[in-house]
Amino acid sequence: MNALELRNVRKRFKKRRGVWVDALDDISLTIRRGEVVGILGPNGSGKSTLVRVISTLVIPDSGEVHVFGVDAVAHPKVVQRNMNRVSVEASFFKKLSALENLLYGAKLYGVTDREARERIREILEHIGFDYKRAQEPMEHLSRGMQQKVALARALLTSPMLMLLDEPTTGLDPRSKREVQAFIRRIRERHDASILLCTHDMREAEELCDRVGIMVDGRILALDEPRALKERYAADGRIPDLEEVFMAATGYSVEEAAAEEE
Amino acid sequence: MQPALSRRPRWMTELIAVWGYVQRNYYLTRRYWMWELVWLVYTLMNALAITFIGAGVETLEGGGGIDTARLMTFLLIGALIWSYLSMIFDVISETVSWERWEGTMEYTFMSPASRATHLLGMGVYAIVYGILRTAVVLGVAMLFFDLELSNANYLSALVVLAICSVSLVGFGIVAAVMPLLSPEKGQQVTYIISAILLLISGVYYDVSVLPGWMQWMAQFSPVTYALDGIRSALLDGAPLGSLRDAIWPLLLMGAVFVPLGLWVFHLGERYAKRTGKLKRSG
Repeated sequence: MNALELRNVRKRFKKRRGVWVDALDDISLTIRRGEVVGILGPNGSGKSTLVRVISTLVIPDSGEVHVFGVDAVAHPKVVQRNMNRVSVEASFFKKLSALENLLYGAKLYGVTDREARERIREILEHIGFDYKRAQEPMEHLSRGMQQKVALARALLTSPMLMLLDEPTTGLDPRSKREVQAFIRRIRERHDASILLCTHDMREAEELCDRVGIMVDGRILALDEPRALKERYAADGRIPDLEEVFMAATGYSVEEAAAEEE
Repeated sequence: MQPALSRRPRWMTELIAVWGYVQRNYYLTRRYWMWELVWLVYTLMNALAITFIGAGVETLEGGGGIDTARLMTFLLIGALIWSYLSMIFDVISETVSWERWEGTMEYTFMSPASRATHLLGMGVYAIVYGILRTAVVLGVAMLFFDLELSNANYLSALVVLAICSVSLVGFGIVAAVMPLLSPEKGQQVTYIISAILLLISGVYYDVSVLPGWMQWMAQFSPVTYALDGIRSALLDGAPLGSLRDAIWPLLLMGAVFVPLGLWVFHLGERYAKRTGKLKRSG
């Protein structure tokens, strides 16, 4: 059974009177169990809408979304139990400590204080987060540390599908490497399937089994990184993923990151 | 699909989530303790100032014949009950705005805990916190004033207050949908509803002094019946049996407003999910 299956999903939003934008234009995508699939695309390409549709925060206009065979539109509560998400902004109660935020997040998924406390210590130690700092308000922690707590919160509920929406955007190089290492560990040790949306070509190449390129609400290509490169090879030269991205989208990496949502 | 978490019955995971919301709000109150102190002092000063109006009436020309102790108790009951009930209404109606302001809206709304659980958790916390805060204000006010509570039937008053709390939770849930429908203006609408409740419900005067159209509106406010019942119980010692006229409308409103609120909220959430308004920024 596939972890995630989207069939011909469409979503339009009204920008202003009479102006509509196709955020998702006939998207079909499959993630196999235990697979990591990356989506590369400029801001405004529809990556976040894609994640919101899968995480049941946006109802698609048409098409089907199945998470482990369950219709996510018809039965959102069933799929929510088995899914968690880390987004570019670590959404926490800023005045509460990391521990308080984690305990709260765990309870929403039916995990008791006692169960959560044991796992929180274990998970935080694994990601190199000093447990003593878990008592500090989130607003006192760096972005990198906040993002680690966000990953810990997602892992705390043992999700079978993880949605990572630009989890390393805006992090300093060291925090970025640590978060990426943590994602790698999740992949190796937990039975989780992952959808990773990112701007970072190297991140996509290193962490993902398959990579998709998304522009204007459409997935232009989706394949293993090596196969994608071969597809865009020219004059016998194999391009890197960045060149593949530019060839497919017409955007440079910098433009992709700078495009307004 | 195999559930990732331990196979707890649904009702148990929902109960854990209710406790999660209550505990989270307790943590937030603790962290924002300075603001809580400010609101407590404000509520206390407000209640004292309004009660002093009753004392001041005696000094007015022609005011000598007024039972000031009764008037002061009447006003203080209004101030206390309004402080309690408006707090419940505000906490529930700010459910969405608070999450949006903190940036946690999407995380909370994609969790498997049901919306009824979410709103119930908010309601439980509001009631417990409201009772504690009102008790503090009442305790201080009793040091200041010689109140007319010699005949008070506290049990009757508490029963009316408990029933009204449920109605207000339902009323608050209906209002809480506003910020879902309009992220920019929704919360302002709930403040207007709160202000209208204050005006029409007879918080500081009898509803009979209002113009006819306002009296007509007052019959739809649970606060009207709560104040009627609680004043009868505390000022005149009315037993529970004689408070039927206050209790049955409150029961009816609770039975209507709570399910109606949940249904309206469900529709509002669906609308927000269709239009993309269920997002962290507003």
